[in-house]
Amino acid sequence: MSETVTQEDVGAWMRAFAKAVAANREYLTDLDAAIGDADHGSNMDRGMKAVVGKLDALGEPEESGESAAGAAGAVGALLKTVGMTLVSTVGGAAGPLYGTLFLDMGKAAGGAEELTVARWAAVLKAGVEGVQARGKAELGDKTMIDALVPATEALRVAALSGRSLADALQGAAAAAEQGMKATIPLVARKGRASYLGERSAGHQDPGATSSWLLMQAAAEALAPGAPSARPGT
Amino acid sequence: MGAGMKKLINRPEDAVREALEGVATAHGDRLRVHSGPNYIVRADAPVRGKVALVSGGGSGHEPMHGGFVGLGMLDAACPGEVFTCPTPDQMLAATKAVDGGAGVLHIVKNYTGDVMNFEMAAELAQDEGIAVEPVVIDDDVAVKDSLYTAGRRGVGATVLAEKICGAAAEQRRPLAEVAGLCRKVNANARSMGVALTSCTVPMAGKPTFELGADEMEVGVGIHGEPGRERRALAPAHEIVEELASAILDDLPFTRGDEVLAFVNGMGGTPLMELYVVYNELHKLLGGRGISVTRNLVGSYITALDMAGCSITLLRLDDELTALWDAPVNTTGLRWGV
Repeated sequence: MSETVTQEDVGAWMRAFAKAVAANREYLTDLDAAIGDADHGSNMDRGMKAVVGKLDALGEPEESGESAAGAAGAVGALLKTVGMTLVSTVGGAAGPLYGTLFLDMGKAAGGAEELTVARWAAVLKAGVEGVQARGKAELGDKTMIDALVPATEALRVAALSGRSLADALQGAAAAAEQGMKATIPLVARKGRASYLGERSAGHQDPGATSSWLLMQAAAEALAPGAPSARPGT
Repeated sequence: MGAGMKKLINRPEDAVREALEGVATAHGDRLRVHSGPNYIVRADAPVRGKVALVSGGGSGHEPMHGGFVGLGMLDAACPGEVFTCPTPDQMLAATKAVDGGAGVLHIVKNYTGDVMNFEMAAELAQDEGIAVEPVVIDDDVAVKDSLYTAGRRGVGATVLAEKICGAAAEQRRPLAEVAGLCRKVNANARSMGVALTSCTVPMAGKPTFELGADEMEVGVGIHGEPGRERRALAPAHEIVEELASAILDDLPFTRGDEVLAFVNGMGGTPLMELYVVYNELHKLLGGRGISVTRNLVGSYITALDMAGCSITLLRLDDELTALWDAPVNTTGLRWGV
């Protein structure tokens, strides 16, 4: 596989994430029903279906990886399209948060047509910082940040130590999974779950869960052979 | 449709769109309903020289907010999916559609998603040269307001703020003054609710939470979020005592205050029961030397099919009273015209 991330790779990543969200729609909604308002699965599914629609309209290949169409095109432009689509279709808190993630990743990626692992790690970091600025959440507040920050950090360290793209993305997915599971005992301090106070402890955060699916989708789409995401594991 | 869900809908995913089509069909004389992005505006928008009021929120709380669009209240409402706040593109389009050159007030209920989406919309509108002032409503005393929560939720005071600010805008008061009034209403209003049943989101197909046949959730939110405590169902006078005490102690309201008492149904409670609650509330307030000089009884900010009610008290002065009494002509509230 290639050691860089292209526009085509981003398209494949988004398609893999859309599939994972669709497969885990009920699971995400059930997690949200416990500490939120029972709409995270359906909102993310609606948003990612719209993203896939956008990709189809842009003439992206149907399946990842195998197209001979070439990968030309700015990575940043596609990331921004994904962000704007999510902002206008997801709603709730997840819309502006995931929208900001991709919009700010798009800004950081700029006009480059392919990004090295190190550059990709910096792009993801810029997006995650955007999410933190928008939602004002810190690590440990029981939010998507608890999955995204460890994933970003794992990706950055993997890039520094010269690991392959596949290894780096799998490491990031594993870190996101760990961060997601670590939200279970936490008391929520942001979002609707914070109204529950102590009663929010003992539940896995739905936003951290969809963020893990996002990192897992990157590993799956760009690092073939990675294990698939399954609900409740 | 999920097993056990009984609703007058076709497909769950079509319910919001079809309801908006119904609103357009029923009230085309007074409202225009725009789809893609979805928003409802008064038929005569934009009104030149008048501050425009835009609000919005998830669907499932009807008549709020679409039912409050019209003369003397909102200029536009942005309905989201059920219990999901609308998106910035809707708010931006609505803001542009109603801007009459005097600026736009965004009335935002304090929920994380609503605040962030309205924030993005205000940034976009300001980029286009429209003056936008957002005011966040957070009147629910059931929720502790601290650094460690998202803050109090916005509930019943939203309806009162939309009415009072709408009247002020009709008098051609400037944006800063209308926004100031909105903050004044929020600062002088407190609310708390109780649920006797859960509600069922159409797309979820099952009740949002489980509540035993003999239980109630005290301090419930308008999306079925849990409140302060779950306990055994009690007679109306005890429930009113608990809700009203929490509200009165919080502001605090004191002997000699004049208030607007708002008893609101959550969607699944008969008006008869709301009047039982109002009767208890009126007696209790009288006993504490607080006089109810205005009232509102009915289902105005609902949570789909949830049974239960909320109480909102607003401390009135002459200015707020006069604005409350001013003419309003919406599908949800109408008097003086």
